Amino acid sequence: MRFGVVVFPGTWSDCDFHYVVSEVLHQPVRYVWHRERELRELDCVILPGGFSYGDYLRAGAVAGRSPVVEALRDFVAGGGLVLGSCNGFQILCEAGLLPGVLTRNECLQYRCQSSHLVVENVDTPFTRGLRPGQVLTMPISHGEGKYYADAETLARLKQHNLIVFRYAEADGRITKQSNPNGSLDNIAGVVNPEGTVLGMMPHPERASEAAMGGTDGLLMFQSLLGSLVEDGSFLKR
Amino acid sequence: MTGAEPKVTLDLALEAGLTADEYDRILSRLGREPTYAELGLFSALWSEHCAYKHSRVFLSRLPQSGPHVLQGPGENAGAIDIGDGWAVVFKIESHNHPSFIEPFQGAATGVGGILRDIFTMGARPIAILDSLRFGELDEPKVRELVTGVVSGISWYGNCFGCPTVGGEIAFAPEYAGNPLVNVMCVGLVRADQIFRARAEGPGNPVFYVGNKTGRDGIHGATMASATFDEHAEERRPTVQVGDPFTEKLLLEACLEVMRTGAVIGIQDMGAAGLACCTSEMPARSGTGMDVELSRVPQRETGMTPYEILLSESQERMLLVAARGREEEVRGVFAKWELDAVEIGRVTDGGELTARLRGEIVARVPVDLLAEAPKYRKPTAEPSWLAEHRAFDPLSLPEPGDYGAALVQLLRSPTIASKEWAFRQYDQQVGINTLVLPGSDAAVLRVKGTRRALAVSTDGNGRQVFLDPRQGAAMAVCEAARNVSCSGGEPRGVTDCLNFGSPERPEILWQFAEAIEGIALACRALDLPVVGGNVSFYNETSGRAILPTPVIGVVGVLDDAGRRATQWFKGAGHRVALLGPDQVSLGGSEYLWARWGRLAGALAPLDLETERRVQAAVRAAVSAGLVTAAHDCSEGGAAVALAEGCVTGRELVGCVAALTADARADLALFGEGPSRAVVTVEAARAREFEALMAESAIPWRWIGTTGGERLVIRIGTRILVDVDTAQLEQAWRTGFERHVA
Repeated sequence: MRFGVVVFPGTWSDCDFHYVVSEVLHQPVRYVWHRERELRELDCVILPGGFSYGDYLRAGAVAGRSPVVEALRDFVAGGGLVLGSCNGFQILCEAGLLPGVLTRNECLQYRCQSSHLVVENVDTPFTRGLRPGQVLTMPISHGEGKYYADAETLARLKQHNLIVFRYAEADGRITKQSNPNGSLDNIAGVVNPEGTVLGMMPHPERASEAAMGGTDGLLMFQSLLGSLVEDGSFLKR
Repeated sequence: MTGAEPKVTLDLALEAGLTADEYDRILSRLGREPTYAELGLFSALWSEHCAYKHSRVFLSRLPQSGPHVLQGPGENAGAIDIGDGWAVVFKIESHNHPSFIEPFQGAATGVGGILRDIFTMGARPIAILDSLRFGELDEPKVRELVTGVVSGISWYGNCFGCPTVGGEIAFAPEYAGNPLVNVMCVGLVRADQIFRARAEGPGNPVFYVGNKTGRDGIHGATMASATFDEHAEERRPTVQVGDPFTEKLLLEACLEVMRTGAVIGIQDMGAAGLACCTSEMPARSGTGMDVELSRVPQRETGMTPYEILLSESQERMLLVAARGREEEVRGVFAKWELDAVEIGRVTDGGELTARLRGEIVARVPVDLLAEAPKYRKPTAEPSWLAEHRAFDPLSLPEPGDYGAALVQLLRSPTIASKEWAFRQYDQQVGINTLVLPGSDAAVLRVKGTRRALAVSTDGNGRQVFLDPRQGAAMAVCEAARNVSCSGGEPRGVTDCLNFGSPERPEILWQFAEAIEGIALACRALDLPVVGGNVSFYNETSGRAILPTPVIGVVGVLDDAGRRATQWFKGAGHRVALLGPDQVSLGGSEYLWARWGRLAGALAPLDLETERRVQAAVRAAVSAGLVTAAHDCSEGGAAVALAEGCVTGRELVGCVAALTADARADLALFGEGPSRAVVTVEAARAREFEALMAESAIPWRWIGTTGGERLVIRIGTRILVDVDTAQLEQAWRTGFERHVA
């Protein structure tokens, strides 16, 4: 599976994703500069964490209008997979590739901590190797991760099962206490109706090696690899 | 010469912070009166902050070389060989004065400054540690400083993308008017690809790269070279404003341009900005520099040569490139959308020539600028010290309830959990952090090798106050012991020496004694000091801080898998206390937290025992024999045990027996050097005993982990019997309840 890791000015999880894909998954991977428009040879584009353009406007606002994100629209239309984590999720929302918006954490502080996620939707290439209700543990690290969507959008997300991860307790219960940033309905990750564009605030790349304290993030990458069928296309919904 | 600026007189020179003697020296070397811009150069470069005028003679006492040293003091940062072709580059620096005036930006730009020191050497920063000191948290102003400093560090470090993995926060009333913000940064570079701040090769182009120049931070170095009075906040305009996004671009652009081979030398524009780089770089290389100030990218209009030379605007570098390769340099910076402007040339002749639209505004020998006068001012032991030391803490009553006394200590903000601060810092970006903040030392892997680095900072102002020489030696020992407890072999030291005004003999005595102590400990532990920083004038209205040398130690684990953390891992592990029995309540956290007293004598330090205890702990960790290892310091054995119980993911109880020749409070809460608590699985106790016998150190078994309570007895007397949940609650909330 050919991965691309997008680099915006201010991206910092690029090297981490690159490392996990090449050194842990042993898959081909290259960096994609933010001015590039040619993505056709890739199977999966990763939008990593960081502070693109310093996030001095709204998080992801400038990057969401960059050449590479414009090119992503065609890439997605052609069936390509996109994983946005942290700043990548913010960028996907700003670009309109995913619904909703990520705002300042309710505590008004940055949060870097371990979080538990309950898996709500296993009908995506990113999660098909997981069980519904399975609890994953991976870190979050952000200042603007409070997911918000209007009532109509939320209803649509629920109706079409587009919420993929929700913040939860270690035993999977959804509680206010387990919500680290005040996200609506504890939402930690959502997917597009086609199941090909996933945005999530947590960092799977930081939970992909036992040495780093956990491998639940790796389960997502393994799902992805398992989704690739022999003709090079993906198992679709 | 420009006519628009004031005529330079002795009065103006005095106002600029120079002495009459220094001004005479300038007149005689130049053979004329300096221009206004030249006066600015001398004012900044001969300030204490830049020139170490009062400290240099003492600093030469520190051991600075060793088999692993690739770069000692005198460059942007020091460098140590760690094997497999890799070097670690590290340094600690203070940003105390700006952080008091404007805590958020002061702390943020402190992080920015030290990051640049690391990546100018060609290293990618992989870890930040912050050593912070504040006044007492019941003062609203102190709480404001704490929240401001922590959010400033969080903002800059997180946006830049370097994890904050360690450091300490401690509180004492002496820091109320002068908080300490010391930031250490650690970076990795291939050992044969270290860059230095040189301006070699006359004719080579000089590039200004990075952010534009504004009027912020003018006189920052001068400000940091004077004490505060009640008008300190009026100095806010001397504090710089940070831009971590531009710093991140500067990092990537610098590392990329270095890979082209077109870079001869590079230096961060930190204190004294362009003035500092354009004189220090040629001074190191026996060359000169000729620069055109109008070419300097500016974000304000009408800036004078004086302002352009002395601005401390952040995120800027001066880069000397190889002639003929200018386009490669421009290309890389254009890719990262940063300015890279050729502002001049390296010259023969050893002079800095600064021009404005061709007209010379300053022409000064660089060696004169770089070699400020050195002073050996008088030192005198403070008259009150003997009385403080003579105090016998055992003249105070024994606690009636030892459990309550232990809970009180765990609630002490200095000892309590600092999670409130650390959860605001990204601790993992770079996916190297194997041991997160909260253990003795942070441990970071070195990708592509089996090795890891262990890093820690330490410094106890109370101990140094009571005995500067031994207290400073103990700071070195404790930072190194933290590294050893994590399984790392200490390889190098960086020191940040925070003191009051060196113009007062008793402060300079503290300083000189502390240096002597650091030197003794470093020699005993084979640790070179490869860089650091002196911060004098930490006093407000005549009241100085506790003398606070902060010691940063970097160690190497040959096998990243053989590491230890401080918390107990489960029931049934045997608990051993390593190190000597002599402890003291003098200068202890117990004496302060319970009685508000800072007095007494320290327990003796034997550096040979220290060395052996650390070697024994490392041997036990690297043999895989210990399940936890924890330095025994503030709060004594009782607090070390309690921390073992409550600081891990799960609470683990413990039953322990201590011995006492004197009073029980001394045995429980007394502090002494060279001590550590370790746990060992029962099945491996014999192996551990054999290893300790070989190590020839004092040690004994003191208990067993398990249960839900921490029980400590002496003989048959049970002194502490407290639920671990209660201990955890005290430890978890002791600091946070003040700031949340």
